Amino acid sequence: MQTVSTGLKPDVHLTNSRIISLHVNGVPRIADVAPWVSLLDALRDHLDLTGTKKGCDHGQCGACTVLCDGKRILSCLTLAVMKEGAEITTIEGIAQDDVLHPLQKAFIENDAFQCGYCTPGQICSAIGMLSEGKANSRAEVKELMSGNLCRCGANTNIIDAIMEVKNARL
Amino acid sequence: MNNFNYTRAGNIQEAMSLVSQNSDAGFLAGGTNMVDLLKYNLVHPELLVDINHIPEHRGILETEDGGVQLGAFATNAETAYHPLIETRYPLLSRAILAGASAQIRNMATNGGNLLQRTRCYYFYDPNTPCNKRKPGSGCSAIGGYNRIMAILGASEDCIAVFPSDMCVALSALDAVVRIDGVDGTRSLPFAEFHRLPGNNPERDNNLQPGEIITSIDLPEKGFEKNYSYLKLRDRSSYAFALVSVATGLDLEGDVIKEARIALGGVAHKPWRIKDAEDFLAGKSPSAENFAAAAKIILNGAVGYGHNNFKIDLAKRAVVRNCLMALNPESQQPGAHPSI
Ligand SMILES: Cc1cc2nc3c(=O)[nH]c(=O)nc-3n(C[C@H](O)[C@H](O)[C@H](O)COP(=O)(O)OP(=O)(O)OC[C@H]3O[C@@H](n4cnc5c(N)ncnc54)[C@H](O)[C@@H]3O)c2cc1C
Ligand code: SF4
Ligand code: FES
Ligand code: FES
Repeated sequence: MQTVSTGLKPDVHLTNSRIISLHVNGVPRIADVAPWVSLLDALRDHLDLTGTKKGCDHGQCGACTVLCDGKRILSCLTLAVMKEGAEITTIEGIAQDDVLHPLQKAFIENDAFQCGYCTPGQICSAIGMLSEGKANSRAEVKELMSGNLCRCGANTNIIDAIMEVKNARL
Repeated sequence: MNNFNYTRAGNIQEAMSLVSQNSDAGFLAGGTNMVDLLKYNLVHPELLVDINHIPEHRGILETEDGGVQLGAFATNAETAYHPLIETRYPLLSRAILAGASAQIRNMATNGGNLLQRTRCYYFYDPNTPCNKRKPGSGCSAIGGYNRIMAILGASEDCIAVFPSDMCVALSALDAVVRIDGVDGTRSLPFAEFHRLPGNNPERDNNLQPGEIITSIDLPEKGFEKNYSYLKLRDRSSYAFALVSVATGLDLEGDVIKEARIALGGVAHKPWRIKDAEDFLAGKSPSAENFAAAAKIILNGAVGYGHNNFKIDLAKRAVVRNCLMALNPESQQPGAHPSI
């Protein structure tokens, strides 16, 4: 561990690497991360949860979408240390034991992926979108899912899958 | 990314004193711009002070003078969907929802939105000259690829645009930025917050080092009956504006009592021309009058080659958006793709 002198108050935490605790998929987890480690890298490389994908690493594709305290966010533009104490849900945490989440089922039934790389982000984003409750039509679902790009072009089927789950809930 | 330290501030005073004591310290809000800039190695802080856990300045509140105060630490999504904003300032709600993506709006704060850096391609490429990134090195966009650059208010040193959507509406609404510093508080009218590039393009705005934005205050008038935000971009969603227009009209019968028109994507700050708004006052809301106002707004516009198209596009966007502001059909809440 490296200590940097900044002339600040002594009670400020100044060591670079630190232990943080997160609740990930309902399980308390501890990670030893430096401040510059993104939540995405902490999940994948420190907690071995590789379901969350890295597409662009710059906020431009949505592949890294996870739920933080129920809200969809981009884990690539979040530092892990910012989420100390938060509740994080990744694609690994949305099925109930062996029962798939309705969106996972709908994605399979609607053939809503090809390579599958965008799928974890799409599903986490769709869960967040449905709980926000702001999308009332197919056009609005499309607009509010625009933060998740699919480079295979499965978009039509992705929106079909989400609409199926949304309509079933009404 | 360089190695840096991180700490959470419990209140404004602590945040300010940590950052003002250390010239290599910075605030961290939603992180959607800061973390990206760290990854591009464009900022090299020694310390980041996380301001997301400060309990104050998170709300959207009615003020005594009849306006509404937007807490600097409230997220863009919380602000856009807040009932006070949806009903009294729907122009602001629509502008915020035209920006970024739902995930980013859940993270981004109101204060951070005002301070986001330009999207000029050369600013992000350390191998090219850029006066904003490295003062005195030159401007690669002049004579380079400049499709997204400014047509108004640019200088010989920088032709970048300020990319925010939210700020275009805040400009039209005459918002006021409230600022705390170690020497006390001050406020800046929105028009005086952002700067034109001039000879100091490295400075985007007039916030001083160590100062913190605490809120953005909206005056009472919200133009909730006749408003429109039009964003034109290379794809229909999740892209920065080539040109955007925020219009608020106050109509009395068939006469314009007051007009507000602000443009985004065309300059180093949201662009408002009082002469054009004064020209419209007392006139009928016709396409001819809006076109004459657009001409006044675009007076002096110059293209740099690839972005010449923006001049005509902006003129037509002003007319179209002002006509849309007359049509309640186009005024539905929520996020909408570009048309
Ligand atoms: C892929 C992508 C697409 C985007 N598209 C759009 C778009 O179409 N339209 C649009 O308008 N925006 C867009 N954005 C930009 C986004 O809106 C901004 O990044 C966001 O608003 C910044 O807010 P933040 O809270 O995340 O700021 P941060 O990244 O945390 O901070 C940004 C800067 O502001 C400083 N800061 C933050 N808060 C304060 C404060 N209260 N007082 C003093 N200093 C402060 C920080 O120190 C930092 O320098 C996009 C971003 C991405 C990544
Ligand atoms: S336009 Fe401004 S930001 Fe872009 S290269 Fe020129 S100086 Fe840099
Ligand atoms: S990896 Fe986070 S948005 Fe692309
Ligand atoms: S399924 Fe391949 S990127 Fe979407």
